[in-house]
Amino acid sequence: MIDIENVSKWYGDFQVLKDCTSQVTQKEVVVVCGPSGSGKSTLIKCVNGLEPVQQGRIVVDGADITAKGTDLTALRARIGMVFQHFELYPHMTVRENLCLAQEKVLKRSRDEAVSRAELFLDRVGLSEHIDKHPGQLSGGQQQRVAIARSLVMDPIVMLFDEPTSALDPEMINEVLDVMVELAKEGMTMMVVTHEMGFAKKVADRVIFMDEGAIVEDRSTEDFFGNPESDRAKDFLSKILNH
Amino acid sequence: MTDFDFGVIWTSLPFLWEGLQLSLWLTFLAVIGGIVLGTLLTLARLSGILPLALIAAGYVNLIRSVPLILVIFWFYFLVPLVLGRPVGSFYSALIAFVLFEAAYYSEIMRAGIQSVAKGQKFAGQSTGLGYWQIQRHIILPQAFRNMIPILVTQGIILFQDTSLVFVVSLRDFMTTSSIVARTEGRLVEMYVFAALVYFVICFTGSVLVKRMRDRMAT
Repeated sequence: MIDIENVSKWYGDFQVLKDCTSQVTQKEVVVVCGPSGSGKSTLIKCVNGLEPVQQGRIVVDGADITAKGTDLTALRARIGMVFQHFELYPHMTVRENLCLAQEKVLKRSRDEAVSRAELFLDRVGLSEHIDKHPGQLSGGQQQRVAIARSLVMDPIVMLFDEPTSALDPEMINEVLDVMVELAKEGMTMMVVTHEMGFAKKVADRVIFMDEGAIVEDRSTEDFFGNPESDRAKDFLSKILNH
Repeated sequence: MTDFDFGVIWTSLPFLWEGLQLSLWLTFLAVIGGIVLGTLLTLARLSGILPLALIAAGYVNLIRSVPLILVIFWFYFLVPLVLGRPVGSFYSALIAFVLFEAAYYSEIMRAGIQSVAKGQKFAGQSTGLGYWQIQRHIILPQAFRNMIPILVTQGIILFQDTSLVFVVSLRDFMTTSSIVARTEGRLVEMYVFAALVYFVICFTGSVLVKRMRDRMAT
């Protein structure tokens, strides 16, 4: 589903991604973790072409994101993405947030778009908030709306870029619950997160990154039970100790 | 210097009112036109299409480097030459103002667009929206809302600048005031009155801007 082949990326002289290679197969849930500044958020933004890469290739569902002439907009419409800071459109209601791309990109009718919006809002448990603006919702609610906004597009894969990092602790679980549900339904997911509980629970594989490189890329069991690298051991001891 | 006659203002009010209407109308049209053209210039500059961006940037920098009064003169003589017929000083002045103000509005809009978090663009892109759809539905509505106070402030400056149409004999408020001043021989009274009117209008506008800022800050 997602093929990342020898990807390198620079910001000026600074190399943020160093020869990263990995893949996500259909219905697989892959968690990407690592210390901040390790390049994990950058990597996931490269997967749908929000950030360009200078070297290597990323192929999603047979289409080369990194090739010139690829219709990025058409491809992105099929790749859902959830952001750390939700990025709901503050000047629109929840309904409009969920309908905009359905109508403008998928050319669905207003009625069809609204009924799908209602369906997915119900799934994230927020039906009664359809007429509100994002500013009237809590962080956890906003993130659930953002997930619904991606799901109404019928994505073939979902990318999550630190979806719970900006949330108050008591709101983290309501968002993770929605993600666990999604994983159970067989959604292909690539998730950048520090939530190791989530990783243990639903991830098939864990990618550990440090200083722009993929240091470990192994099954969840192996990663937590028997990390190879000192950096992963160090990271896990810091994040799991309390 | 003892016999001020402010009665001359009263008797000339209908004439002055026509002048003021023209000033306000010119300001209104120039603000609308300037914002529309300025927004297009900004979109061109930020489009990432190099020739388009260069032309727009060149235009903005050129206009910002010449005095407004020159632009007004320029179009007063140029527009009839281009069109092959006279268009009247109102339309030539309006064109000059729109083209001139567009450069300033473009700079304001650029700041406004850049004030919208980059994540908003990412969110739009990630759902498959194209550049123009993202601008139209996501970025510009937020940019406009952030920029309203500055856009109004620029409108107030523009209102003051409309007095420059004096040089092409367009009968705005400034011109009608000075016509009355000279024909009635009441220079002091008329120019004090004109200053007062400009002050009241611009100060009201400024208070309005301040209110908007306060409301947006909360």
